[in-house]
This record gives sequence, structure tokens and C-alpha cells, in this order.
Amino acid sequence: MFGLGKKDVTLFLIVAVMALFAPFILNPFPTDSGLAQFNAGYPDLMQRFVIFGILAIGFNILFGLTGYLSFGHAAFLGVGSYAAVWMFKLLSMNVLPAIVLSMVVSGLFAVVIGYVSLRRSGIYFSILTLAFAQMSYNLAYSVLTPVTNGETGLQITLDDPRVLGQSATADGGIPVTNLFGLEMRSFETLDIGPWAFQFSVGYYVAAVIMLISFYLAIRIFRSPFGMTLRAIRSNQNRLYYTGLNARPYTLAAFVISGMYAGLAGGLLACMDPLAGAERMQWTASGEVVLMTILGGAGTLIGPVLGAGFIKYFENIFSKINDQVVHGWVSFLPDGLEDFVVALIHPFVGKGWHLTLGLMFMLIVIFLPGGLVEGGQRIARRLRRRPAEEPAKSASTEPAE
Amino acid sequence: MGILEVKDVNKRFGGLKALTDVNLSVTENTVHAIIGPNGAGKSTLLNCLVGKLIPDTGSVMFDGHSVLGRKPFEINQMGISRVFQTPEIFGDLTVMENMMIPLFARRDGAYRLHAFRSVASEAELRERAEAMLEDVNMLDKRNMHSASMSRGDKRRLEMAMCLVQEPRLLLLDEPTAGMARADTNNTIDLLKEIKAKRDITMAIIEHDMHVVFSLADRITVLAQGTPLVEDVPENIKGHPKVQEAYLGEHA
Ligand SMILES: Nc1ncnc2c1ncn2[C@@H]1O[C@H](COP(=O)(O)OP(=O)(O)O)[C@@H](O)[C@H]1O
Ligand SMILES: [Mg+2]
Repeated sequence: MFGLGKKDVTLFLIVAVMALFAPFILNPFPTDSGLAQFNAGYPDLMQRFVIFGILAIGFNILFGLTGYLSFGHAAFLGVGSYAAVWMFKLLSMNVLPAIVLSMVVSGLFAVVIGYVSLRRSGIYFSILTLAFAQMSYNLAYSVLTPVTNGETGLQITLDDPRVLGQSATADGGIPVTNLFGLEMRSFETLDIGPWAFQFSVGYYVAAVIMLISFYLAIRIFRSPFGMTLRAIRSNQNRLYYTGLNARPYTLAAFVISGMYAGLAGGLLACMDPLAGAERMQWTASGEVVLMTILGGAGTLIGPVLGAGFIKYFENIFSKINDQVVHGWVSFLPDGLEDFVVALIHPFVGKGWHLTLGLMFMLIVIFLPGGLVEGGQRIARRLRRRPAEEPAKSASTEPAE
Repeated sequence: MGILEVKDVNKRFGGLKALTDVNLSVTENTVHAIIGPNGAGKSTLLNCLVGKLIPDTGSVMFDGHSVLGRKPFEINQMGISRVFQTPEIFGDLTVMENMMIPLFARRDGAYRLHAFRSVASEAELRERAEAMLEDVNMLDKRNMHSASMSRGDKRRLEMAMCLVQEPRLLLLDEPTAGMARADTNNTIDLLKEIKAKRDITMAIIEHDMHVVFSLADRITVLAQGTPLVEDVPENIKGHPKVQEAYLGEHA
């Protein structure tokens, strides 16, 4: 179906259902309950889940297949954002041209950076991409101020031309990003009992684009091109003597993944039309590496999971402060309570990086295949258990 | 006129003359062995044929076209496939995937692989890959992770990967080097089978002349970078020049 194998169709449908029902799935706790702060089903965060999912899916096409570890993908993210905001300033607030331009510009960028960086492999390739990204970051901050608006960041203003749109709305406000009139920021709230579910236009636009990106990634993974990218990782020498030149294919993978990153950057600007240099910082490049490895590099679903995992931590774990922890352990005697809170303190709130770092280390050491490998191990164990206890299962389940 | 014509090839490494006035002609549908003691320049010669090295002087013509200055993947596309001294395969891929890459390379050329068509839909190529695996008795291993196979199986797979491209010339660099006696015999038997089943032109580089004796149609003996004699195997064995070249070698 759709040119996909049976397993891939299933995988795609699972992701599609999860994306479409995310406002429910991510909002399991009633609004008034103490656990409501663990809900992730609000538009702003859900948008980030799918947008960084796109970034990680694209990164995985390069890193997961060819093994080339780029440490400069944030540059494409930033370039995509700048391109999109310029489109909002010059053309119109419609997100479509902005998305197209962000992909085109980041693609061109990727051709140049990839062409130079791919002359080296391994650590030297990583360093070259890192150098390029830092260069872009510094340029955006200083020399290129006319284009990037330096430290302040690029924003839309009332005197932007917007030749196909309007500079200001009828009541003198700044117009908002939209898709042929559908405003990105608008949302509906559905109240069911104590729950409040939010359905945002911006989220669904981003989610549909993520699903398209995911579909294309599956097609690439299953194609001769994708298989050759894995062969590049495995043995370039053999490939070279088998009649294929690795360089153009690696460059193609680099450009595709750069365009995915540019698309993600463009979408970030569609949801919130501003672009700043900090989006290009090396920590942002490192984050997508973490997402991909955490979820499972080289697997289809892994990067999406990794992106969701890290963004959840960043936004939810970071909000757990001492007060909240006190609330959890208030049943303990006072002295002990303070002690426990002091113990947990470094790991929550501003300390969420510490927790994430520890989890990352544990996963890399014990589950080198990331969350996907974890899931596979659990599935295997569940499947094996009935076989190990034939007496119990034989009565309840048929043999096969 | 052979399919491969090497004329007056010289190659120096600094002060060392690795190849001196090498002339060689490989006739279509024959097995041509190039033997010689260690350091004779065999690998250097092979590297000049596949684009890894460029001779200082002389010419290398394949089917009437010069290969000099062409990259290894371009020379492969001209119809020359090579087997390495230690098997080079795609270790992260399955046996079947290892077979598909050379088929894609041959059908689509160096630069035109499909990015959206599914590998699973390539029924015709898969059949060819399976037939080839059958030929080398590896069909039952088609879904195996290739890195986890024995060295002998990797060698078989590498040969199958080269053969499935239907090369006009197959080059083998010491295919039995470092192998135990049994593995060596297996490899030679496999090559004989291959030769019996199809029209194929092979050039085999070998240190130990006994290995290629029963296989080669012609043998060239190389010593100190120069061909000493070229003849049919029967005449090579007792040739005084050959005895001399191998003297002092314990092989
Ligand atoms: N890349 C190189 N640089 C310098 N000397 C080399 C190089 N390759 C081979 N040689 C030298 O050229 C001679 C022939 O080597 P080689 O072709 O590997 O011999 P064989 O394969 O017959 O054992 C040897 O003396 C070797 O040391
Ligand atoms: Mg050698």
C-alpha cells in the first residue's frame, strides 16, 4: 500500500494515529488534578514534538544510514527560520511560501557545507560541520545583522511590505501566520468531564507535514538509494569497486537532511514568527544528536521517540520545583521530608539536564539501540514468557 | 588481441622500481594467472588495472579503451570487477542486500540509483541475486547478517557479488592468501565450478603457483617487477627461470 511494505504501513498508521490523537493521548490527567502538570497536550509543546520530530527524522537519514555524524544541523534549523520570517516580512503571512523558501534556502546551504565537509569523514567531518555551524551562528549575531537583526532576532513589524498580504490588520495590529486564512495560533477546546483537550490549527498543520516527512523517510530507507547509504557506512571501499561513487549519494543524504532541518526551522517560525541566532548554537546541534541516539539511530521510529522524549523532559521535568516535590513527600516526617527534597532537588527543575544526561548515559551503555531496542527487548520478553511457562499458557492460548 | 592489454608499464615508488616494462595480454574467456614471489609487484600491477594506482609510463587498455586516469568505480562500470585479498563485503548488510548493491550499480549506473522505488519491488533483480547465490551454494544464508559469517563464506559472497555483475574481466588478488589448506581447495574448486558454468575471463594474482596450476589456462611469472616467462601451466613448472625466481623462498 502506498508503495510501502506491510510492516511499514502498520508503523506509519501507528504514528499517524498517535499524531492525530495526540491532544487526547498527551492529556491523560484531569485539569484540576495534581498530576495535570505532567500533561503535555497543549498546542505549544505538541507543536515542538512534531517539529523536532521532523528535525530528527531528517538527521537520521544522514547519521542513521551513512554514519556521518553532523554536529552542525542547528545551522539549517536557524537558516530555515530566518528564511521563513523573511517571507512573512516581504510576501505574506501565509505559511506555505515560507515553508517552501526555508527548505530551498537550507538546501542550498547544505549543498555548500556538505560539499566541503564531506571531503573528510569520521571526527574530521563532525568538526567541519561544527565549525560551519559556529561560523553561521557568529555571522548571524554580528556581520549579517541587516539580514538577521543580530542579537534582537528577526521579527515581523507593522512596516513590513508583505506585497501579497497586508502590512497591518484593519485594527492596526500585526497580522498572524495562517494557511489560507486558517490562523496557526487558533485552537478549539473540548471539555469532557474534568478534562480539557485543545485542538490547535498550528499543531495539525505541523503534524501533517511531519507525517509526510515520515512517509518520505520510509520510502528513502527502503529504496536502493537508502540501501546504498547503509553500504557507505559499512564499507566505502567495496562500494567504490562495485561501481558506485559514494560522494554524490552522501551529499544527497546530507542535503535532504539539511532540508528537513530547514523545514523544521521554517515551521518553528510559522508557529511563532521570530528567528534568533541562538537557534543555531552548537547545543542545539548536539540536541538533535541526542534525540536520534536516544530514540535509536538508523531506525525509522526512533528519532521521533527521541525528540518527544527530550522535549517532554525539557518542558515538563524542568517545571518540577522544590514546592512540587514537597507536595509529593509531605507525608514524611518534617526532617526526613527536607532531606528527601534536598536529595531530589538537583535532578528536577533547573536540574533536568542532569537527569537527562544520566538517562542518556544509561541508555547508551545498556541499550545501544536506544528506546527502540528497549521496546524490542520488552516485546521479545513478553512473547517468550508464554513459551517458558507452557503449563500456564497452554490452557489459555492456542499454540501459535 | 586480448581483452586486457598492458603495454610497457613502469611504476616506481621513490627509488624502488616496483614494475619494469610489464607487458601482459589477457585473452577473453581464459583464466590467466600471474604468479611470483613476495614483493614481485603483483599487487602493484593489479592496482594499476583497477584505478588505484596510475603507472608512470605505459598503457593499460581494456576492450580498446584506456583505463588510465579513471576512478575505480568508473573502471568497474567498464566491466572489471575485483575480489580483494581479504574479503571486502558490506558487513552491516544481509547477504541478499550485499547482492543487490552490485546489481543496482550495474543496472542504474554510478549516479542514478532510485531514491523512492522500493527494493522489495525489484523482483527481477532479486531472482538474479538468488540464482547467483544458488550457484555458490549460499542461498540458505541469504538473510544472514554477512559480518557474522565465516571467512570462507565471506569470500564466496564477495565472488558472488562480483560475478552477479557479469563482469567482462574478473580480477582476484591472492584469493587464498592466509587460508588453511581446506579453504584454499574449496576456493579453487569454487573457481573451477564458476569457470565450468559460464564464459568468464579471469586474472588471478597468486603467490603459490600450485594453487593455480589446475585452474589457469596461461601463467605469467613475475619477479622483481618484470615478467620472466608466460606459458601454459605444464611448461611453467620445470622452467629454470621460474625455479630461480622462487629459489630461497620456502613456499
Ligand atoms: N604504496 C607503496 N609505496 C612504496 N612502496 C610500495 C608500495 N606498494 C608496494 N611497494 C613496494 O613495491 C614492491 C612490490 O610490492 P607488491 O606489489 O605489493 O608485491 P606483491 O603483491 O607481489 O607481494 C615491494 O617491494 C613493496 O614494498
Ligand atoms: Mg600482494
